[in-house]
Amino acid sequence: MARTQGAIAAGREATSRPAAMAGRPPRSRRRLRKAAELTALLGPPIVLFVGFVIVPMIFAAWYSLYNWSGFGPLSDFIGFQNYSGVLTGPVFHQALLHNVIIAVLSLVIQLPVSIGLALLLNWRVRSRTVLRLAVFAPFVLSEATAAVMWYELLQPGGPVDALLEAVGLGGLVHYWLASTSLVLYTVFAVATWKYIGFGIVLLLAGLQGIPPELREAAAIDGATPWQVTRTITLPLLAPTIRIWIFLSVIGSLQLFDLVWIMTMGGPANASSTMLTYQYVNGVERTQFGYGATVSVVLFVISLVFALAYQRYALRRDTAGALTRAVM
Amino acid sequence: VTALTARRRDVIRERRTWLSLPASYLVILIVLAITIAPMLYMIVGGFSTTAQLNANPNALPHPWVWDNYATILTSSLFWQAVANSAVIAVVATGLAVTFGSMAAFALSRYTFPGREAFYLLFVAGLLFPLNTAALPLFLQLQQMGLNDNLLGVALPEAAFSLPVTIIILRPFMRAIPGELEDAAIVDGATRFRFFLRILLPLSRPALITVGILAFVTSWNAYLLPLVIFTSQDHYTLPLAVASFQSTYTQDTARVYAFTALSMIPALAIFVFAQRKLVGGLVGAIRG
Repeated sequence: MARTQGAIAAGREATSRPAAMAGRPPRSRRRLRKAAELTALLGPPIVLFVGFVIVPMIFAAWYSLYNWSGFGPLSDFIGFQNYSGVLTGPVFHQALLHNVIIAVLSLVIQLPVSIGLALLLNWRVRSRTVLRLAVFAPFVLSEATAAVMWYELLQPGGPVDALLEAVGLGGLVHYWLASTSLVLYTVFAVATWKYIGFGIVLLLAGLQGIPPELREAAAIDGATPWQVTRTITLPLLAPTIRIWIFLSVIGSLQLFDLVWIMTMGGPANASSTMLTYQYVNGVERTQFGYGATVSVVLFVISLVFALAYQRYALRRDTAGALTRAVM
Repeated sequence: VTALTARRRDVIRERRTWLSLPASYLVILIVLAITIAPMLYMIVGGFSTTAQLNANPNALPHPWVWDNYATILTSSLFWQAVANSAVIAVVATGLAVTFGSMAAFALSRYTFPGREAFYLLFVAGLLFPLNTAALPLFLQLQQMGLNDNLLGVALPEAAFSLPVTIIILRPFMRAIPGELEDAAIVDGATRFRFFLRILLPLSRPALITVGILAFVTSWNAYLLPLVIFTSQDHYTLPLAVASFQSTYTQDTARVYAFTALSMIPALAIFVFAQRKLVGGLVGAIRG
């Protein structure tokens, strides 16, 4: 994309076109016409976007002030009771903590592994396209399919356990999805399987934007490969890494499908996330006022993260546009 | 010249010391095994019987049975889910691409006060993934009478695909030279005609990218359909896979087969459109 844009000379703004055009209608009529065109072009998308992205959030903020089962009139106004219920509840804290653990694990495990593999693929592998296809494939599966698949593979005595025993690692066999101390890490491993290809592809694209001459020049000047990586490649890759971090954290905060299908947040809430908490307490118990509160809280957490990240990390990147909106 | 080639050779040798060649291929093989093997396992396992799987989960099917796949492929359950997913994804993609290109046209080739504000309004949608809004959307759609309705899933999905669509299309449309527009206007075309006849055809690569992104996002959505659909007739493929699994807990081989089949459409789209999809994602992120 970026390359295509570069290749085509930057186009001029439509309105900067030469004003001297014969037979144009009077100024006021032109202005009216332009307004009509803009309304016709922008009207439908704005109605769709506002109607299904902005309005539901406003409604959620409104419902969150009521004790409401989702049916019948909103009558039981309870102020901020739902908020104090969510924010002081230990079960919600636990769920939030799990989201944070997944986000942190992504940063300390997925990111270095993605960078390492991307460097490896970028450096010397010939059939890069095939490999890229292969590592990217899990990313296009739905989380639901991936979750069902891994649920089956990780059953006690199932394929994963049998494989471990077959290669003499029977001691590693565990209750992957039923152990309260292990389940969150199992979920993280599956999420890594699903999403690492995306990180690799993103980083590969970033690496291909770094001129090889830079690395070669440094190597000629006697830098060791490790020094080249650390002082040239990684700093130039930083914008891509920062975008990956942003997407990864936003994704970790709204984790649901994988967890819900594999564990329903269990056992004993050991793998709950904010959205499984919402599903259990809002949808299944038909406490929609309470569920809406969780939506608002999750939205505010994402927003605060995005603003803080924008402020301290993304500022100089083009991707800052993602969050500059709300600054 | 000889000195330079010698240096080059040094460089190459130096690169090799970072991780030896066999070691790096070993790493790549392991990674490939981890990504691909589970999917292959599902596909092959679907050709076993549950009894075979219980006896030895890691043996090849013996004999290979076609039964699991045949039962699923002749049942309406699977095809109904595929049809539902397809209808929703086509409507959502059509809306997102149509409305997205209209908005991108207005936001890239018109100047008017508040243009950047409108753009940022759409961009802000990126902060707010569909999953976060599923429950509020459920409540809203209930008010609108769109609950348990395919449109009730397609419309929000289209709306949530607009940000990425506009972010990819706007710079693309902006980069198309203004001279083309001038020429069209001089030849008596209206701006709408320019949009339909010149700008859209020229934007085809970007339109394909955003179309694929919207389609895949819709195809894979789980939480929104889960809260919106109450009747099984409306289930999309992700819902159908999950519900099939909980219905046939004991019949592992059948679950494998269903899971394998549910992977095929997404993988087919992917192999078909790999370059565009990857390019589009990267483009979207680079902004």
